[in-house]
Amino acid sequence: MENILSMLIFFPAAAATVGFMIHKDSMRQFGVVVTIVEFVLALLLWYHFDTNVAQMQFVQTLPLISSYGINYVVGVDGVSLFLIIMITFMTMIAVIGLTEKRAVKNLIITILYLEMTMVGVFVSLDLIMFYVFWELTLIPMFYIIGFWGAERRFKAAIKFFLYTFIGSLIMLIGMLYFGYIYHETTGVWSFNLLDWYSVVLPFDVQLWLFIAFFFGFAVKVPMFPFHTWLPLAHSQAPTIGSIVLAAVLLKMETYGFIRFSLPLFPDASVYFMPLMATLGIIAIIYTAMVAYAQEDMKQMIAYSSISHMGVIILGVFALNAEGISGAVFLMIGHGVVSGALFMSVGVLYDRRKTKMIKEFGGLAKNMPMFALVYAVVLMASIGLPLTVGFIGEFLSLLGFFKVSPFLTFIASLTIVLSAVYMLSMYKRTFFGELLKKENKDMKDIHGRELLALGSLVFVIISLGIYPKVILDPLDVSVQKVVKIMDVKSVEQKTKDRLRELNTVGEVK
Amino acid sequence: MQPISIDIASLNLGTLAPMLIAIIGAISILLTDLFNKEKHKSLYVILVVLFLVFDLFTLLAFNGSPDGMFDLILLDGIAILSQCIIIGGAILFIFLSLSKLRFQEFRYAEFFALYLFAVAGFQFMVSSDSLILIFLGLETASLSLYVMIAMHNKMTSIEAAVKYFTMGALAAAFFAFGSMIFYGLTGSLDLSQISAIIVQENFLSSENYANYVFILTGFVFMFAALGFKLSLFPYHVWVPDVYRGSTSAMAGFLSVVPKMAGFVVAIRFFDVFIASDDIIIKTMLYTTIVLTITVPNLIALHQTDIKRMLAYSSISNAGMAMAAIYIGTTQATTALFLYWILFTVTNFGAFGMLWLNRGKESRDYESPYTFEKYSGLVQISPFAASILAMFLFALTGLPPFALFWGKMYLVASAVNAGEIALAVIIVLNSAIAAYYYLRPISYMFLKEPIEGANKKFMQNASTPMKSVIGICVFFAIVSVLSIEPLLEMITYYITKAGF
Repeated sequence: MENILSMLIFFPAAAATVGFMIHKDSMRQFGVVVTIVEFVLALLLWYHFDTNVAQMQFVQTLPLISSYGINYVVGVDGVSLFLIIMITFMTMIAVIGLTEKRAVKNLIITILYLEMTMVGVFVSLDLIMFYVFWELTLIPMFYIIGFWGAERRFKAAIKFFLYTFIGSLIMLIGMLYFGYIYHETTGVWSFNLLDWYSVVLPFDVQLWLFIAFFFGFAVKVPMFPFHTWLPLAHSQAPTIGSIVLAAVLLKMETYGFIRFSLPLFPDASVYFMPLMATLGIIAIIYTAMVAYAQEDMKQMIAYSSISHMGVIILGVFALNAEGISGAVFLMIGHGVVSGALFMSVGVLYDRRKTKMIKEFGGLAKNMPMFALVYAVVLMASIGLPLTVGFIGEFLSLLGFFKVSPFLTFIASLTIVLSAVYMLSMYKRTFFGELLKKENKDMKDIHGRELLALGSLVFVIISLGIYPKVILDPLDVSVQKVVKIMDVKSVEQKTKDRLRELNTVGEVK
Repeated sequence: MQPISIDIASLNLGTLAPMLIAIIGAISILLTDLFNKEKHKSLYVILVVLFLVFDLFTLLAFNGSPDGMFDLILLDGIAILSQCIIIGGAILFIFLSLSKLRFQEFRYAEFFALYLFAVAGFQFMVSSDSLILIFLGLETASLSLYVMIAMHNKMTSIEAAVKYFTMGALAAAFFAFGSMIFYGLTGSLDLSQISAIIVQENFLSSENYANYVFILTGFVFMFAALGFKLSLFPYHVWVPDVYRGSTSAMAGFLSVVPKMAGFVVAIRFFDVFIASDDIIIKTMLYTTIVLTITVPNLIALHQTDIKRMLAYSSISNAGMAMAAIYIGTTQATTALFLYWILFTVTNFGAFGMLWLNRGKESRDYESPYTFEKYSGLVQISPFAASILAMFLFALTGLPPFALFWGKMYLVASAVNAGEIALAVIIVLNSAIAAYYYLRPISYMFLKEPIEGANKKFMQNASTPMKSVIGICVFFAIVSVLSIEPLLEMITYYITKAGF
C-alpha cells in the first residue's frame, strides 16, 4: 500500500499516454473505465486510511535534487484524503456525463492529464513538487477552455492562464525564500513541508511570506479584487471544463491556505484575519448581488461560486477547528454541488444551445425528472438543511461566530441572497407557461445524464444526512493544524487569540 | 644575457589539444573536399560530429595544470565546463544539417569546415585570460559565422550577414579600444594581472580620480563589445534581423553557442568590477540587465512570426543569464551554467521544430514561420504541434519542463543573495513572456486550419533529425532527474576554477 499515492497520481497520466493509441470512437469508454479505476483507488486509500492518526499517512520519499533539498514527497491526512476522493469522483462523473462531440479523444486525454496534476497538488508534501503540479494544471485547462469553449474562448483561456501564472510566480519566490531561511536556520536545504513545520519564523518574515503565498492562492480562489477571470472562464468553458474548474481547481487554493499559510505563518494569519474576513465578506455580498443581475445562467452560477468561496475563506480564517472543518466540508460539498449545477446547465445548453434564462420557462412540464434533480441541487447550493451545503456553511459560520458575531450575521446573508437569485432563476426557468416551441420539444434527462446527475443527488443528500463519516476523520487532522499554529506562533498576542478562538471547541 | 630556452613540457600542450582537434578536423574536411568532388553532405556532417566528439573526450580527459603556452591559455574549470556546453551544443545543431530538402550552403564542404573553425574560435575565447587571445578567438568565430549565414544564398541571408558583420566590426573596435585603455593603465593584457593591479593601485576609487575615469571609460568600451556579442540592451538591435535572415538551424546555433563563450568572457572580465562594489558600474550593469530582460519581452508581444519572437525571447533569456553574473555568488555562477545547458536543449528543440517544418515554397523576404501558417497544426500533425508547444511551454518556464529548473535555480540564487527585487523582475518577465509564447500555441491548438492553406508540415524532417529532437523531448520532460548530476558536475568544475 506504500505506493498507492504514486499510483493515484501517475495512473491517469500513464493511461492518457497509452490513450493516444486508442481509436477516437472508443475513447469515451476508455475515459470512463480509467476514471472509475482511479475513483476505486481513491476509495481503497480511504479504506486503508487510519482515521485516528493525525499524522501524514502513506508517506513516500524519493530524492530528486538532493543537493538543493528537493524531494518527491507524498502523503495524505484527513483534509487531503476527502478532497482527493471528491476530485476523482467528480472527474468520473464529468466523464460519464460527457456530451461533447468534437475531438473527444483529445478531450479525454487532456482530462486524464489534468486529473494527474490535480491529485498531485493535493498529495505533494514538497513545496517545489506542489508548485510543479500546481502550474501544470494550467496547460490542460488552457487547452480545454481555449478549444472546446464558446465564442470568446481565446480571451478567456489566455486571461485564465496569465492571471493564475503571475500569482503563482510570486508564490514561487516566497517558497524559495522560505527555503533560504530554512537553510539559514538549520544548515541544510529542504523544501519538505514536514520539515518546514518545525521552523519558527520571526513576525515580519511571516508577514512578507504570507503576502507572497496570498498572491498565489488569492488569484485562484478567486478572492474579491482578483476574481474577474473566473466568470469569463466559466462562461466560455465547455461543461466539463466548468465542472473541473469549479469542483476542483478552486479548491486547490483554499486547501493551500489550510496546508501552508495557516501552519507556516500563524502570526501573520492572525494579523491578516480582519483583512481576509473583509475580502471574504465583500465576495459574499458583492458577487451575490452581481449573480442576481446575470442573464446568463452559467455566469450566475460562476458568481455564486465566488460567493460561496467567500464563506470558505471565512471558515478557514476563523482559525478554529469548527471553522476549518466546516470550510473543508464546504469545499467538498461545494465541489459536488457546483459540479452538479454546471452539469445541469450543460443539459440545457446541449438541447437549446443557449444559456440565457429568458429563453426558457415552464420546463417542469416536459422535463419533470430534470426539474426535480435541479431543485435538489439548487437547495443544496442555497444551504438547505439535510443537504451537503448546509453542514459546511453552518460550521464555517459557527466557527466565525467566535471571531465576530456581527460579521457572521452579515456573512449569513449569503443564504438569503443565494436563495434570492437561485429561486428566481429556478422560477423563470421551470415554472410558468411553456410558451416557446423549441422548449416544448426538449426531452427529459435519461441514460448517462440521469446516471451522472442521479449519483450527484445521492451524494448531496446522503452526506447531508450523515456528515459524520467525513467530519470525524477531518476533525483529527484539523485539530493538528490548529495545534501546530499554536506551537509555532511567536507572539503572545497570537497565542492568546488562538486559544480564545478555540475554547468553545473543547466543550465537545 | 640568458639564452631563451623553451622546454616543450613547459608549454603544456595538453591545454591546446581540444582546439587543435577541431582545427585539424576542419582542415581534413577541406582536404577531403579537395580530392573528392561533390560528396554528399552526410559525410561531412558525420565527420564534424566525429571530430567534435573526439574534441569533447580530449577535453574531459584533460588533467593537468591549467596554464599553458606562456600563460596565454587558461584551461580552468569554467573553461572546461563552457567548452563542454559549446561542443555539446555544436554537436546537436550540426544534426540539423541532415535535412531532407537540399539547401545551398550544405553543398559546400567549406560550410562544415567553417563550422569547426567557429567552434575552435569559441573554445579559444573561453580558455584564455589574455585579451589578445580572446579577441582572436572572437574574431575567428565571428568571421566564420558571417560567411556561414551568407552561404544560404538568399537576399535576406546576405543582408543578415552584412548587418551582423557591421555590428560585429563595431564590437571588435570597441573591444580593441577597451583593451588598449586597460593596457595603457596597467601595462598588461592579462585579465588576472589587470585586476590585480586595479585592486592594488586602488584604481576604482574616486581618490584616484584620473585613473578612475579611464578605468570607467575602458569598462564602458569592453561592456559595449560584450554587449554586442551577448545581445544586451541596447546593443540587441541586430538580433531579430540576423535570426530572420539565417536558417532556423543557424539562428538556433547563434542564440546558444556564441553567447556561452561571451558569458565566460563576461564572468572573467566583470569579476573584479562586481567585487569592487563600485556604484556607477553596479548601476550600469543592473539597469542594462533589467532593460535587457524587459524591453525585448515587450517588443516580442507584437511579433507575428515565431522566429522573430524566439529571437526576442533569446535576448531576454540572455539578460536573465547575465543577471546571474551580476549576482556573482557561487550559486549564481552554477545557476548560469545550469540555465544555459537547459536553455541549449530547449532552444535547440524550438528552433529544430521550426527547421523541420521549413518548406521550399516561401520566397525571399517572406517568412515561413508566421503564426497563421501554424493555425490548427494539432489537427494536421498532432505530434509536431505537441512537441513544439512543449518546448514553448518550457521556454515560458512552466514546470516540470527543462528550463523551469534553470529559472528556478536562478531565481533561488537571486533570493539567496538578497536580490529580491531582481528575482521579482525575473518572474514578472516570465509572466509577460508567457503571453507571447501562448500566442503561437493558441494558433496551433485552439484555431482551425485555414481553408486552402498549405497543409504540408514536417517537409524537411529526416529520421536522424527527428531522433535527435526526440531525445531532446525526452530530456526536457524528465529533466528533473538530470538536475542533480548536472549540478554536481557544474559545482565540481566551478569550485575547481575558484568562482
